[in-house]
Amino acid sequence: MSLDKNTLVKLKNVGFRQNDKWLVRGVSLEVKKGKIVTLIGPNGSGKSTTAKIALGIYKKIEGEVEKYTIKVGYVPQKVSIDWTLPLRVSDFMVLTENLKDEAINEALSLTGVIHLKNKNLGNLSGGEFQRVLLARAISKKPELLVLDEPVQGVDFTGEIALYELIKKISDDLKCGILLISHDLHTVMSATDHVVCLNGHVCCSGSPLDVAKNNEYKALFGEQASQILSVYEHKHDHVHSNDGDIKQNN
Amino acid sequence: MFDDFFIRALFAGIGVAIVTGPLGCFVVWRRLSYFGDTLAHSALLGVTMAYSLEFNIALSVFIISSVIALILIQLQRKTNLPGDALLGLLAHSSLAVGLVVIGFLTFIRFDIMGLLFGDILAVTVNDLYFIWGGGALILFVLKLIWKPLFASTVNYELAEAEGLNPDRAKAIFTILMAAIIAISIKMVGLLLITGMLIIPAAMARNISDNPQKMVLFSIIGGLLSVIIGLFSSLEFNTASGPSIITASLVLFILSLLKIKQSIQLKN
Repeated sequence: MSLDKNTLVKLKNVGFRQNDKWLVRGVSLEVKKGKIVTLIGPNGSGKSTTAKIALGIYKKIEGEVEKYTIKVGYVPQKVSIDWTLPLRVSDFMVLTENLKDEAINEALSLTGVIHLKNKNLGNLSGGEFQRVLLARAISKKPELLVLDEPVQGVDFTGEIALYELIKKISDDLKCGILLISHDLHTVMSATDHVVCLNGHVCCSGSPLDVAKNNEYKALFGEQASQILSVYEHKHDHVHSNDGDIKQNN
Repeated sequence: MFDDFFIRALFAGIGVAIVTGPLGCFVVWRRLSYFGDTLAHSALLGVTMAYSLEFNIALSVFIISSVIALILIQLQRKTNLPGDALLGLLAHSSLAVGLVVIGFLTFIRFDIMGLLFGDILAVTVNDLYFIWGGGALILFVLKLIWKPLFASTVNYELAEAEGLNPDRAKAIFTILMAAIIAISIKMVGLLLITGMLIIPAAMARNISDNPQKMVLFSIIGGLLSVIIGLFSSLEFNTASGPSIITASLVLFILSLLKIKQSIQLKN
């Protein structure tokens, strides 16, 4: 089989074990340029673990990871900045790559926190910090973005705006995104492919396919299933031959 | 110009302070004070090895400290003991073994106090070459690994995910720690080297709002400590190491006053 040039990272039947317990096992997925893959699943289902396997943070794994890019932007689920380290937002922006001032300003403006540029990171609120994390990840114009709960702690209107931004980034930069979220409402509008995890891949496919899946219903309840399908029906879309869903608007 | 022992000591101290400034910041940021202590304690073993094999002291200390660091990393992997217990185990056992070895070397007259607390009289022109040459090399390597080391200090997973290879940076930094201990042991003494690393950096933290400033103030604080400490050591005939560390403590206390002021300003 010839390799798809659009593939950025490919997980083949990967698993990770810690203290003799499998955190996640048997996961296969693929992130391509310009596509958004979303991982959903209950707490402890291995979403963050899967992301860390894809990023190469966990190395002693079962299975295989093929990575075709080194331009990676990552928003971890949890970052704590120690008081012993004096760090302004502007210092944090250039943490892994030297950027021009314009690039820093542009990214901070996009996530709406340009006014915090010279503030100390320790003094930011949870939502502000989350916006800075996202700005840092996109500022280096990565080919692959891995976002682990990127909008946690962000206010409701901000949440919608940031998801729109994430969608826009994926279109503009043609970068592939691996997104972790448990917000079923908002995520689905942009997602191309959903992987539902519960220690293993419980089901995967387009948002609508997943919503119809019985295992998904068992995991999240009938109501969650309705949220998804209702959401899908609010939009006009077509199902192409290969099973993809294309938005009309 | 280097005929005078005091000028030699001053230049040695200045060389040491320029290097301990930035390294000390990383020791504070990465919470490595006890690690530094352990390496410093093991330096005694390095000194005794140097005497018994008639080898250069700084090189011998560097080698022994690096070996101890490697043993520590292995122990961390192979045992379930907590990190501080392992550090204590290595620090005290290497110090004890060093002292026992000294007991066997009856043919050499040891200045134990000088080893533990520093001795300005002992600094030779050769030591100056080691301090300035070694110091320049340490700073050069630190500059090379600055980005991955700093990024992984802030967040290891971010650095790893975005391809900066933090493990390699950490290993190199460990070697740099062994190197700074090797070149500064004569000035400050092995019991007080960690003080030289962390006290100026802690002082700098109190008055800085970004990492570059903290490194700069840490260097300035170290330089002031050396100059004030050495002059008072000459004046009051005290050991050089404790005098330098006492001077840095005074600077730290002064920096606390500045914190108090800024808190009052905010209110």
